[in-house]
Amino acid sequence: MKETKKYWKGLEQLKNSDEFQKHANKEFPEYLPIGGAEGEEPSRRDFLKLMGFGIAAVSLAACETPVKKAIPYVKKPVSVDPTMPNYYASTFVSGSDYCSVLVKTREGRPIKLEGNSLSTFSGGGTSSQVEASVLSLYDQERLQQPLIDGKKASWDEIDSAVSKELAAANGKVAIVTNSIASPATQASIDALVAAYGATHVAYDQSSFSGLLAAYESAFGTRMLPSHDFSKAKTIVSFGADFLGSWPNHTGNNKQFAQTRKLDSKKKEMSRLYAFESNLSLTGANADYRTPIKPSQEGLYVANLYNAVAAKLGGTKVKVAKVEDDVVLQKAANDLVSAKGASIVISGSNDSEVQKLVIAINQLLGSYGNTIDPSKSVNLRKGDDAAFAGFVKKLNSGAISGVIFYNCNPVYDHALGSQIAAGIKKAKFAVSTSDRSDETSSLVKYQAPDHHYLESWNDFEPVTGQFSLSQPAIKNIFDTRQAQESFLKWAGQEVSAYDHVRASWNKNVYEKSGELAGADGFWNKCLHDGVYELKGAALTVSGPDVDVTGAAAAISKKYKVNSTELELILYTNYSVGDGTQANNPWLQEMPDPITKATWDNYLTVSPKQAEEWGIELGDMSTQTVSFTANGVTEEIPVLPQPGQAYGTVGLAVGYGRTKAGKVANGVGVNAYQFASVANGSTSFAVTSGVSATPTGNGYQIAQTQTHQTYMGRETVIQETVLNKYQKDPQAGRHFPKIATSEGYKKPYAVSLWQGHEYNNHHWGMMIDLNSCTGCGSCTIACQTENNIPVVGKQEVLNRREMHWLRIDRYYSSDAEEGDLKAMEKAAQNPEVTFQPMMCQQCNNAPCETVCPVAATTHSSEGLNQMTYNRCIGTRYCANNCPYKVRRFNWFKYHDNKQFDKNMSMNNDLGKMVLNPDVTVRARGVMEKCSFCVQRIQSGKLSAKKEGRRPTDEDVNVACAASCPSEALVFGDMKNPESRISQMLQIKQNEKSVEAREPRAYHVLEELRVMPNVWYLTKVRNKDEESKTEKAEA
Amino acid sequence: MIAESAVREPLVTGGKTVHDVTQDIAGRVEDKPAKSWLLAMAVSLATLAVGGYAVAMTVWEGIGMWGLNKTVGWAWDITNFVWWVGIGHAGTLISAILLLFRQRWRMSINRAAEAMTIFAVICAAMFPVLHMGRPWLGFYWALPLPNTFGSLWVNFNSPLLWDVFAISTYFSVSLVFWYIGLIPDFATIRDRATNKISAAIYGTLSFGWDGAAKTWSRYETVALILAGLATPLVLSVHTIVSFDFATSVIPGWHTTIFPPYFVAGAIFSGFAMVLTLLLITRKVYKLEDYITIQHIELMNIVIIITGSIVGIAYITEFFIAWYSGVEAEQYAFINRATGPYWWAYWSMMTCNVISPQLFWFKKIRTNLAATFIISIIVNIGMWFERFVIIVTSLHRDFLPSSWAMFYPTVYDMGVYLFTFGLFFTLFFAFAKFFPVINMAEVKSIIKATGEKK
Repeated sequence: MKETKKYWKGLEQLKNSDEFQKHANKEFPEYLPIGGAEGEEPSRRDFLKLMGFGIAAVSLAACETPVKKAIPYVKKPVSVDPTMPNYYASTFVSGSDYCSVLVKTREGRPIKLEGNSLSTFSGGGTSSQVEASVLSLYDQERLQQPLIDGKKASWDEIDSAVSKELAAANGKVAIVTNSIASPATQASIDALVAAYGATHVAYDQSSFSGLLAAYESAFGTRMLPSHDFSKAKTIVSFGADFLGSWPNHTGNNKQFAQTRKLDSKKKEMSRLYAFESNLSLTGANADYRTPIKPSQEGLYVANLYNAVAAKLGGTKVKVAKVEDDVVLQKAANDLVSAKGASIVISGSNDSEVQKLVIAINQLLGSYGNTIDPSKSVNLRKGDDAAFAGFVKKLNSGAISGVIFYNCNPVYDHALGSQIAAGIKKAKFAVSTSDRSDETSSLVKYQAPDHHYLESWNDFEPVTGQFSLSQPAIKNIFDTRQAQESFLKWAGQEVSAYDHVRASWNKNVYEKSGELAGADGFWNKCLHDGVYELKGAALTVSGPDVDVTGAAAAISKKYKVNSTELELILYTNYSVGDGTQANNPWLQEMPDPITKATWDNYLTVSPKQAEEWGIELGDMSTQTVSFTANGVTEEIPVLPQPGQAYGTVGLAVGYGRTKAGKVANGVGVNAYQFASVANGSTSFAVTSGVSATPTGNGYQIAQTQTHQTYMGRETVIQETVLNKYQKDPQAGRHFPKIATSEGYKKPYAVSLWQGHEYNNHHWGMMIDLNSCTGCGSCTIACQTENNIPVVGKQEVLNRREMHWLRIDRYYSSDAEEGDLKAMEKAAQNPEVTFQPMMCQQCNNAPCETVCPVAATTHSSEGLNQMTYNRCIGTRYCANNCPYKVRRFNWFKYHDNKQFDKNMSMNNDLGKMVLNPDVTVRARGVMEKCSFCVQRIQSGKLSAKKEGRRPTDEDVNVACAASCPSEALVFGDMKNPESRISQMLQIKQNEKSVEAREPRAYHVLEELRVMPNVWYLTKVRNKDEESKTEKAEA
Repeated sequence: MIAESAVREPLVTGGKTVHDVTQDIAGRVEDKPAKSWLLAMAVSLATLAVGGYAVAMTVWEGIGMWGLNKTVGWAWDITNFVWWVGIGHAGTLISAILLLFRQRWRMSINRAAEAMTIFAVICAAMFPVLHMGRPWLGFYWALPLPNTFGSLWVNFNSPLLWDVFAISTYFSVSLVFWYIGLIPDFATIRDRATNKISAAIYGTLSFGWDGAAKTWSRYETVALILAGLATPLVLSVHTIVSFDFATSVIPGWHTTIFPPYFVAGAIFSGFAMVLTLLLITRKVYKLEDYITIQHIELMNIVIIITGSIVGIAYITEFFIAWYSGVEAEQYAFINRATGPYWWAYWSMMTCNVISPQLFWFKKIRTNLAATFIISIIVNIGMWFERFVIIVTSLHRDFLPSSWAMFYPTVYDMGVYLFTFGLFFTLFFAFAKFFPVINMAEVKSIIKATGEKK
């Protein structure tokens, strides 16, 4: 047999020499320096070599990027899937404000709030305050544990000390709160009251005491009745900002918007009259707005009463006639003709004025129709007189102990300085505030409450409508729910959860008649977040108003023509009452009216400012030395069109001194200017107000400095109702392009190929008629898309980063063509709000100019921005006709210079970031993406179920937050979608056409073909203003 | 052979001989640096350092150091860019186009003008890089390079990309053209060198020039070919730069008149800059016999022509704005003249349209002081022209809600200063170490007899 083939490793093996055999069993037959040669001991040189290699290797290894700890779940919670959001129904509460919400959590972190559409009270929308509150959860400056005398303490120490103090106080204990709408919280306070004979006093930052007292005298029950604006055809508001700062303005916006929407079937809308001093959000949305002084308000109400009474046969009262009552008479006519579908409201804190308002509503048959006195809105319960009495007692030393429940009266009450002095006279004081604020920094025991997103709670915002609050995250710091604390101090060891369940059982389950069983009912309620008790109603009688008495009091107090300067304090739509002032999103949110950020200022009529020699330059103005209520401060002046001459407005919520590094030192505290007379707090100061120009310059950071739209019909298209009724295309502007074959529509002429969309084509519709300008969408967008805050200086440099802005335009009285004069707003202008974000143009000018193709068009009609590819030439932003692109001028994250950008500059704040959205690097461009991450996740969830995505799967953050549903987003390829229906979309080969007569594109003549449509603004006025006529 | 007319004024005065030319020009290179030169160089370097700080801060902190904002995304950066590119037009125009037209008066000024072109283009090229948010990526991402990112390619639709090609091509051709012209002169300096170092350096720079007839013939051929190549580039560069604006949708930018208007403006500012620099060089280096009043007068005539073209363009823009019936366009132009930046507009009109008209008077166009002042005024005016086009168009475009003002910061100014420092550092280095006048060519136009005139 032949020998099988043999392979050699090499010639050495073939030769098989001695030398080879010697090393044959070694891996490296050659000499290796390590360990020395055969039999040799390792030498010193070997040691050095090894050490050298070792050091070099270790240093090289150390150069690697640091290890980031991403720890997988060892035991994964059942409901938590990485990258999948969970939603929990809960309730937003801050001070006296309320909103029913859904909390979006990712990997156990709340990152976004959405409105709870099951709530008929707040209506499914949110407000800027609500949207921003998720960032307040991650505020590093919250108290991280209980403190005694400012020193760290344990909860046991607090409990024993406070219980001892309470027991020793002999019933001279006061519990100070804002209005409590929570039955469980009320029960825990009641437990304390029962255990120690304490007294409970409540106040509201914006007091409704006068209104509550008027209802008490007229109906026998102290309450704010439920108003239904959706049923109103005529609304008359005397300084009542029901769309902006009234309790539940989210719900009010929704109801009001229902009366403002128009389509081919519904061609009627409500008419809103506003008589007010400051230009409020309500006034800005009014069809007829009359600037009046607070000192005239009572007379205006009384005159309206007389006008209505004259037509409906009520007793007339004797009051002075107001000078110009044309609009008032018109309002009276409209009210009477809409009898049973009208509402008159007043923001006055004077109960006599409110009594007359009740009398007017009674004459108009509003009760039982548009106003339901059997349903009390529990968000405003504060009693000025009782509170003033408390302050008096505190200062007289008659109170041994005070407990402040999540309130800060030293800052936000007119008598704040007296309370600060009084706290020192009490033997002890306790606060449950979340931070060492103006009040709690003065108390001995600081027992911080959980943030609402960490809490169990229940609420009854309006009679019969309940909602639950559940923790969406375990408490971040060593805090404890105040309810639990109160019960503990009252001697009851109950967890907050058990307490809330018991309260829910008692107040809701037992009355509900539901058969699901307590546990099943609880689970359902926890899932839904809300529960409505059918038929729950207060028993009230009346109304019974002494109109003559009220009129007499009004005659005494109000003047037809006061020459004095008057001050009206208002709550703005960003910082609000100041409770959340340390929230940078709110500080940088432009006020819907003034477009100013990071400040409060005196709003002054332009005429007055001129008299003071102050002119608003390019964000530059001057300060005045301002005195009211005996307090003097230096405050900047902002000339505000629409401000009643002889009045000045000032926003509360600013001038915090101990809120945190974001809020401290921003603006002045306006609460100190409120006057307290006869136990009633007045937010309108009608005497003793003076202002002297100081000549000192000041800069107010505004995001928009140009006031009018310069008569550009390509931007704003508007009309009045009666014209719309005749021609649904009224107010539309149809630009034409001259071609060799005559004039053509811009869309008929093109060099472009067009895009084909085979699957989806996303679009948006914005109804200028139902947008009230509230701005909740802007903060929703900021939260959803990780948009940085840049601070006052950078806003002054006009570099705010908001992807979505609301353009606010005033009308002008100037003649068409007089360009200089057209820049100036009218004295009492009409206001238009226009939400403006990336228009997702189909022929996008930005896409063609980018040298590196960082911004491109998607197959679904989106204009995409690839941050990683962007080199930052800014050509796209220059070439954007809508100026919606935002550039990262600096590094806004992990940069001490931008530490106010809380969500990107500390580890806790970063927890709020949406993990689906990149935090953008310095030097790149960004812009609205139509929430592409939401589109993507909606498409995926539909795909998993093997169906086409619908409106339910995909909605963008701005549209989801909009309380008035002015923004509608959807797939224009889907004929069933809301947007296709509302715009009556017609699919052409390579474009879509909206057949809704009101739908237009901003800057249509450019033929950039946006995917965002606007619906014309229709005012319910008899005639168009001067500018419109001139344009027509 | 070129026959000089008996009555034609000589192009070089003072009865210079061929030797005088070599002595006058090469002598500057060989002498020790003068005190005045050292001082000028020191000032340039100081400016470069101060400006360098502004550049460093911009790159380190971000574009936010400048005064730009959400509405005005370009201001001084692109203004300076277009301004420098414009200045960089004269050199190649003088050398290439005037060579093709056999304008022999160019010979004593083309070297310096070309050097100026190259340095100006270098300064201009700073801005497209520095103005980027991420220049460390942008400088090479803007090039169509093969990459590992998949099918990621540059966007050939973007005028900024066209700029990249236009400027780099123009720069390369200008540089080669200039260098080829320098070779015989380097050889002259090499041959005269008395120390080894300069012999070695100029020897290298002269590429072994041997002065043979064949070499001269090749030299002239190459010069002619390059002139032919460079000529369309002179027109194309600023045409393409103008596309940055003309192809956009912004009122005041979206204008078809831009290409010819920009080219005329570029020649206008380029000639003004050449005059500014030559008048100084002429004085300091005592080159009055080479750069004569005739040169200056001819250049001033070019300035009147191009200045008038620019003036007509300004008026045409207004007419078209009115004639177009486009609201935003009309407003953009009314706003230029009467809006918040009226002063920039009227500075531009005064400097660019009115001041060059003074050159219709022979007394003024042959007056050195007046020429010097007007040449500077023209360049100020041309800077404002770009500022007006860029900033006043952007600051109030379509939506009044976004209308805003632009205020420059010290860093805007610092970066501009940086390019001045760079320009003058390079120019002074050139003036010292390179022959500022083309000796070889000038020798062809001196009177053969060397008679004193």
